[in-house]
Amino acid sequence: MTLDPFMVMLLDVLVKAIVIVVALLGAYAYMTLAERYVMARVQVRIGPNRVGRVGPIAVLQPVADAVKTIFKEDFCPANADKIVYTLAPGLAVAIALLAWAVIPLSPPLTIAGYTIHFYIADVGIAALYLLAVGSLGVYAIVLGGWSSNNKYSLLGGLRSAAQMISYEVSLGLALVGVLMISGSLSLVDIVEKQSPIWNVVWQPVGFVLYCICAVAETNRVPFDLPEAETELVAGYSTEYGSLKFALFYMAEYINIVTVSAIAATMFLGGYQGPFGLLPGAHWLLLKIAVFIFIFMWMRATLPRFRYDQLMRFGWKVLLPLGLANVFATAVVMVLLGR
Amino acid sequence: MPVDYLPILVMLIVVSAFAAIALTISALVGPRRPTPAKLSPYESGMPPFGSARRRVPVKYYLTAVLFILFDIEIIFFYPWAVLFRQLGWFGLIEMALFVLVLLVGYVYVWRKGGFDWD
Repeated sequence: MTLDPFMVMLLDVLVKAIVIVVALLGAYAYMTLAERYVMARVQVRIGPNRVGRVGPIAVLQPVADAVKTIFKEDFCPANADKIVYTLAPGLAVAIALLAWAVIPLSPPLTIAGYTIHFYIADVGIAALYLLAVGSLGVYAIVLGGWSSNNKYSLLGGLRSAAQMISYEVSLGLALVGVLMISGSLSLVDIVEKQSPIWNVVWQPVGFVLYCICAVAETNRVPFDLPEAETELVAGYSTEYGSLKFALFYMAEYINIVTVSAIAATMFLGGYQGPFGLLPGAHWLLLKIAVFIFIFMWMRATLPRFRYDQLMRFGWKVLLPLGLANVFATAVVMVLLGR
Repeated sequence: MPVDYLPILVMLIVVSAFAAIALTISALVGPRRPTPAKLSPYESGMPPFGSARRRVPVKYYLTAVLFILFDIEIIFFYPWAVLFRQLGWFGLIEMALFVLVLLVGYVYVWRKGGFDWD
């Protein structure tokens, strides 16, 4: 039997896409658990202990949460825009997952003459694609906030929109330095060129800039104004319940994994080990895990920005800093002649 | 090559299917016992007043316009950054002129208070 290479490619991509979606679903489930444990530790509490505090039984906590969420009432508030209200959480999670199409997870592996590439697509504009997909995420939040017919939701959605687009400018600028060094927009190329020296060595300012903007893009502490509990109840997700709420929550956590993966890929060598040591997916996963832990640590530690501080910081500090970084990189590269 | 983008289409279909399945399960499995109080907008226990569909402060529009301006600038940076090695001094000076023009606008917005929220 001869296999059509096109069908093989299609099947290969389909399997990888499903594996990534399932893996991220699992990552989301256990990130919620890990976050509760980390926060409990920081705040000297016990943390989740009904399912079981220690031992293998504790891993069932996310399962219990999921079952409970699924069987909650799926309601639609009066005067809400029913279609938009229902579609917004789906949109949020779909967009969050979509970014994973271009992130390379591991060097290619050849088994029995068939080469497996550990990315879904290696397109020439991957970095641009990431920015494009990342900026779509704001739609889901604005639509969810607007369609709920709730003032808190509306305010949360609007704040989120203004915040995300403000920090997206600096986020894009932070990556320009990396692109200048790599001379490519393909993430596979960018990762391959970081052996043995990671981009963070040449782009420390860009790296810090990216990290700050990434936290703001994911609406996490200290930039969690869109869902500031003390003023907006729960922001854009106030009127959401059951799996719809879980989907918004999932989108937020997947976005954390995504920005961590992008930071690792662009600045910390992706799947490359330090000093060219044994490249593989384990390095990427380790780097992502460290970033995720820092996200949780910040949530347990830092207070929230005020809105005017947030906007001023984004436009008056990060944007000029990003421009200065690009120009410093350009001048140094021209002077060194490479 | 357009065929390079086919995997992204496959990914799009898979994630859309996932979202659709999740929303369908949510609609099918949960109970439905609506009451007027449950369906009214949550306003911290106070009786809700007015509609939430109201006019949006103009500040948000201003931010959106500024975003479009500067984000397009960043998009112009991308091809320039990729080709920077070939362009050398020429690329640096060209981009300096481009950013100089934009900086005039940036300083203008700053002095007009466009970046201040209150």
